[in-house]
Amino acid sequence: MPKLHIASIGIEKIIPRLEHLAVFVRLLSRSALGSPVTQYTSHFRGPRSGGEMHIVLVDNGRSEQLGLEEFWTSLKCIRCGACMNTCPVYRRSGGLSYGATYSGPIGLIIDPTFNQRKYSNLPFASTLNGSCTNVCPVKINIHEQIYAWRRVLVERHETPLAKRAAMKAAGELLSRPAAYRAAIVAADVALAHLPRFVIYNGLNAWGRHREVPHPPKQTFHSWYHANRGGKQ
Amino acid sequence: MSSRDEILASVRKNLPRVDRPLPDVPLFDDGPPASLLSAFKDSLQQMGGVFLDPPASGDMLTPVRAKIADAKIVCSTAPEIAGNRDVAGVRKPQDLADVDFAIVRASFAVAQTGSVLLSDADLHVNAVAYLAQHLIVLLDPADIVVNLHHAYGRPEFRDRRYASFHTGPSATADIEGVLIHGAQGVRSLSVLPIARAAGNPTH
Repeated sequence: MPKLHIASIGIEKIIPRLEHLAVFVRLLSRSALGSPVTQYTSHFRGPRSGGEMHIVLVDNGRSEQLGLEEFWTSLKCIRCGACMNTCPVYRRSGGLSYGATYSGPIGLIIDPTFNQRKYSNLPFASTLNGSCTNVCPVKINIHEQIYAWRRVLVERHETPLAKRAAMKAAGELLSRPAAYRAAIVAADVALAHLPRFVIYNGLNAWGRHREVPHPPKQTFHSWYHANRGGKQ
Repeated sequence: MSSRDEILASVRKNLPRVDRPLPDVPLFDDGPPASLLSAFKDSLQQMGGVFLDPPASGDMLTPVRAKIADAKIVCSTAPEIAGNRDVAGVRKPQDLADVDFAIVRASFAVAQTGSVLLSDADLHVNAVAYLAQHLIVLLDPADIVVNLHHAYGRPEFRDRRYASFHTGPSATADIEGVLIHGAQGVRSLSVLPIARAAGNPTH
């Protein structure tokens, strides 16, 4: 109702022709709510009489993103939220946990384009199950881009030192099955017997706000060997 | 170089090298409904709107008069029916905050979605369609298009400064997935099919 109307719009929102708008209006509500259209869809061609209207088209890294062969298609996003509604991580963690303007699966691939260092952790917060890619109405290969961002961030050393060291150690261990099995048994035994202060301290971020799950009495591998051993 | 030139130069430099000509978007109007009015009615009701059945004979505005009988403040921009708040005398949009019923005529409607198009020419003060507690929309059955693709071919999108599709009453389900009507706009939206009075053609 104020006389002044300022619309700030990312340049990727521009579409070629008015008649194309019907496609996007239909896609948006169907993918967001499952309804044929939103309650209010307003169109502004100019200010109301006696008022002022200003349109600010914002680039803020978008035109550079257009040049990233692996990532430019994320600019197709129409912000419907379908990827968030289907995402098992988003549905449990909620939008604030992403610490960025764009949350959910689409946030994982858009946020690092604005600041790789600040959002270096986000592409790792995914199970790569691909549900987001399946529901995306504009066919962005979201889970593939999440995976590609991990590679880019690791190559550029934007990941924290602790993560790099942990991933390197995990890589060594996972490439040696015998060593891996021995380590799992040792960890289960240790978890069952170590005093609390060894497990719940500043070094274990996973134990900061939650209890570590109870260690199983035997590993799946040893259970399988005992129950199904020799039978294929 | 202005920021506009900088952005355009950067877009040109980074434009993906894909050969994709502008697509021809069809109008998706194969197999239109037998009656646009009854298709509109179904879509409107699906979105929580109320369809007022016109009387078979006599005063066509009877359903509207019944709705506003007990209302304190009625603001009408339609020539067919008078209110008691003259929209021409409104100095600032905020003055419409106490309106119980607003009555307006839609430029046209969309059968596929149950939407009515309300433009600045229909509303006089745009805020009347949002600030009123209840909205009653008069719609000429001859003004219904089959779908949104046809809708965007209408002249209103080229000659009005403001035009808005209203589809049922205000609704949101942002919090806990519970549908709430009327939190941000009108609590109810009713549509009465009634032809434009002679001498009141399309704006």
